Amino acid sequence: MDFFMEPRWSPYLVGIGIGVLSWLAFLLSDKPLGCSTAFARSAGILERMFRGRKVDEKPYYQQFAPGIDWEWMLVFGILIGALAASVPSGQFAWLWTPVKWADAAGDGAAVRWLVALLGGFCAGFGARWAGGCTSGHGISGTLQLALSSWIAAVGFFVGGIATAMLIFHVILA
Amino acid sequence: MLTSLHAKNRLQLPLGFLLGVGFGFLLQKGGVTYYDVIINQLLLKDFTVVKIMLTAMATGMIGVHLLVNLGAAQLHPKAGSLGTTVPGALIFGVGFGTLGYCPGTAVAAVGHGALDALFGGIVGMLLGAAAFAAIYPKLKPTLDKGDFGNPTIPKLLNVNHWVVVVPVVAAVAGLLYWIETAGL
Repeated sequence: MDFFMEPRWSPYLVGIGIGVLSWLAFLLSDKPLGCSTAFARSAGILERMFRGRKVDEKPYYQQFAPGIDWEWMLVFGILIGALAASVPSGQFAWLWTPVKWADAAGDGAAVRWLVALLGGFCAGFGARWAGGCTSGHGISGTLQLALSSWIAAVGFFVGGIATAMLIFHVILA
Repeated sequence: MLTSLHAKNRLQLPLGFLLGVGFGFLLQKGGVTYYDVIINQLLLKDFTVVKIMLTAMATGMIGVHLLVNLGAAQLHPKAGSLGTTVPGALIFGVGFGTLGYCPGTAVAAVGHGALDALFGGIVGMLLGAAAFAAIYPKLKPTLDKGDFGNPTIPKLLNVNHWVVVVPVVAAVAGLLYWIETAGL
């Protein structure tokens, strides 16, 4: 049990574990692990609450019908899994501003919230544009040796590295 | 393939949930649900994210291709085009570097109490996904440009998948060894 209470595991052990989960996803569910489609479906579910059934007529939601599917349950499971991992090991903590951000930009929650909202918007928009995120393309797509996913994975890190460098070495420097 | 299991929707939803629990558990234990760890990766100071992703990719690659050989799984490579994959990935990258989480790790970060991941990250990603759905019809001509379909690299090279899997896994092992010896 001590092992499960440890705050951190070796990245190699974690990586092997995620790799094994991908085997199980292919074997038992005929699906690759992915996250961002669930965001599109959830956005559709929320939009439908405000705008009613005509949301279903949008061409994008005809392709990705708003509703709860396997991947939506996977993403919900991620939330519960991280909670189950962090509470017993004493790692759970309500936190508005991450340490690294606070050191560079101050610990004001409002600024961090706005920046995170903007970043989240681009990530959500870009993931749908690219047809996947760091899970669907970055892990599941690259392990299938899919051409689109290898290109996407390079793009994710090129964009991410350039942006993080700009924020920390130029804007907040 | 376990096609009858795949078709059982009532079993598939809890199965997806359980796999997600495992995924979220591992992400938190790996430390990649923390803004600081992800940003330090993008600033090339801490290689935890790359170590986990490459190990997961290599492990997954061997097992999934073996399952394909055994007739127990089929691949689902995503389709892509120059107009879809390149700009989409770069925009995602800008968001990734600004937010400091990706969609999966943002959800996991909420699981250990990260409120910036919840009210900033998740809300922002939902708005971003909704905005994409709204302008999708207008973007369609751009998205269709340079369509390359959904080939895998072995298919493109017209070789058996192990001809690619083995050198890629070896290269990953070599890269990880180099990262460790460089003390990153």
